Amino acid sequence: MAESTAITANSIPAPAAEDHGIWGFSRAQFGALGVMLAVLAIGPFLLYPVFLMKLLCFALFACAFNLLIGYVGLLSFGHAAYFGMGGYLAGHAAKVWGLTPELAIIVGGATAALLGAVAGWVAIRRQGIYFAMITLALAQMIYFLCVQLPFTGGEDGIQAIPRGSLFGVIPLDRDLTLYWVVAGIFLLGFLMIHRIIHSPYGMVLKSIRENEPRAISLGYRTDDYKLLAFILSAGLAGVAGATKSIVFGIATLTDVHWSMSGEVVLMTLVGGLGTVFGPVVGAAVIVTMQNYLAELGAWVTVIQGVIFVICVLAFRRGIVGEIGNWLKVKL
Amino acid sequence: MDDIFGIPAPLLFGQLLLGLINGAFYAMMSLGLAVIFGLLNIINFTHGAQFMMGAFAAWMLLEWAGLNYWWALLLVPIIIGFTGVVLERLMISRLYKLDHLYGLLLTFGLGLIIEGVFRNQFGSSGLPYRIPPELQGAWDLGFMFLPIYRGWVVIAALVLCLATWLLIEKTRLGAYLRAATENAPLVQAFGVNVPRMVTLTYGFGVALAAIGGVLAAPIYSVNPQMGTNLIIVVFAVVVIGGMGSILGSIITGFGLGIVEGLTKVFYPEASATVIFVIMAIVLLARPAGLFGRA
Repeated sequence: MAESTAITANSIPAPAAEDHGIWGFSRAQFGALGVMLAVLAIGPFLLYPVFLMKLLCFALFACAFNLLIGYVGLLSFGHAAYFGMGGYLAGHAAKVWGLTPELAIIVGGATAALLGAVAGWVAIRRQGIYFAMITLALAQMIYFLCVQLPFTGGEDGIQAIPRGSLFGVIPLDRDLTLYWVVAGIFLLGFLMIHRIIHSPYGMVLKSIRENEPRAISLGYRTDDYKLLAFILSAGLAGVAGATKSIVFGIATLTDVHWSMSGEVVLMTLVGGLGTVFGPVVGAAVIVTMQNYLAELGAWVTVIQGVIFVICVLAFRRGIVGEIGNWLKVKL
Repeated sequence: MDDIFGIPAPLLFGQLLLGLINGAFYAMMSLGLAVIFGLLNIINFTHGAQFMMGAFAAWMLLEWAGLNYWWALLLVPIIIGFTGVVLERLMISRLYKLDHLYGLLLTFGLGLIIEGVFRNQFGSSGLPYRIPPELQGAWDLGFMFLPIYRGWVVIAALVLCLATWLLIEKTRLGAYLRAATENAPLVQAFGVNVPRMVTLTYGFGVALAAIGGVLAAPIYSVNPQMGTNLIIVVFAVVVIGGMGSILGSIITGFGLGIVEGLTKVFYPEASATVIFVIMAIVLLARPAGLFGRA
């Protein structure tokens, strides 16, 4: 279909003078990064730190998801599996094996990456809509495994996961201390994704998004590139889930359920597919909304559905994409 | 013949029948998805919600209007199919020029809305729908008791699937449809109203899901989540069969239902995941699906 436009083509303004000023950030992106850092630094003194930590976990989750949809053009509808599995493994490692939190998070991320390697190996055999359906089906299989496996605790989940001490020396019982750790993990993941996108490898990923047959004819093994992107994305999603379970001390089936996969799609869509800062803004909007509308019960699902419909029909660039388009810069 | 492979025969046949019934729903749902995908090029994520709406519509007709099962079987596909036509005209038709993934996202959002509204209205515990008196009771087949309603569901689903296959493969309308699937602008140039055909095709696919919902209402409890849980399995069925062939979706649907039923007998722990495992194996061996064109 020659007339169909790639899913992210809308969200990217015309390639204006792309200056890779400082560390691969354009000047506008550098400004946005400054704003983000300032919010990260002031945030915990104005808002409840636990709320901010939840937000940062979802922001990293959405950034990881965006690495696939925004830069390779692959819509994964099963990212909750990696997010949730990362959470379970980190919880198990911290509680049963008694690992320190940073090691538990690494275990969670590594497990998710491994799972992503297997699932990605199966899923990249198809493109487009089929890829979305396959990732959803594989994630549902992982969900059923989580229901049945003894270590996940079934309906109860893993509870009372200790926060422990960072490197075994810095106790994380105070919310503010933990906040700085979570903010550090988020920033590390965010910058890592930015680095990936702006590396030569990232350029090949974008060329696959724009025109895969051409990338193949240029001699790139696109399957290898896509698989590595899937593993990186799953691993980072796992780190996000692992961090979340350390913060809240609980890992449950909610985080592996398909509705969580839908939520991360929604966050990224609201913020702007294929923008660097979009997923962060989108996660902030959706998590805040859930927080304030929690007492509405099932209506939250309806509202999320309405936002989905509005975004797809009228607002495909997302918040950050619209701002970037308005300012004629790439954010 | 009390034992087959060390399994009591009634258990084996009972699970086979359950598998056949699940397979009937897989076949009807994947058929609707394939028909819609063929012409509209979108995967209808709302399909599960529309299946659920079909079951609820049957319940409402009975409780609020006093119309029995047979009326529901006739009216529900028309009503729910019409809501599908409205959806297609108002929203889905705006996305044909965009990446197909937007269609998936839009219909996912619509599914969330519908499911949420029904959950607010009816709660999530489920409502009972009685088996119509004509289909109550069971037949003694000698080796097992066959509840009449369950036999009826399998036969009705088979007839519907075959009728759809005949409609698409053997009639003039079906020929137009297949031609438009291959090359819509050319068919339009021959004077066929393709946009109207697209709308009606969507309505038809939705009506199939709705009939499925009516058939399911007396078997499963009528609840807002009944469709979403089904649709994810049906996605796997569609990936396994490939969406290129109508007959392929029917065979794959019934076949996988039976495999699932047999797994419940021989290795119950895997019964929830067996279809997904088969999907992974098929993707590794034959990425286009069993009946798909590469």
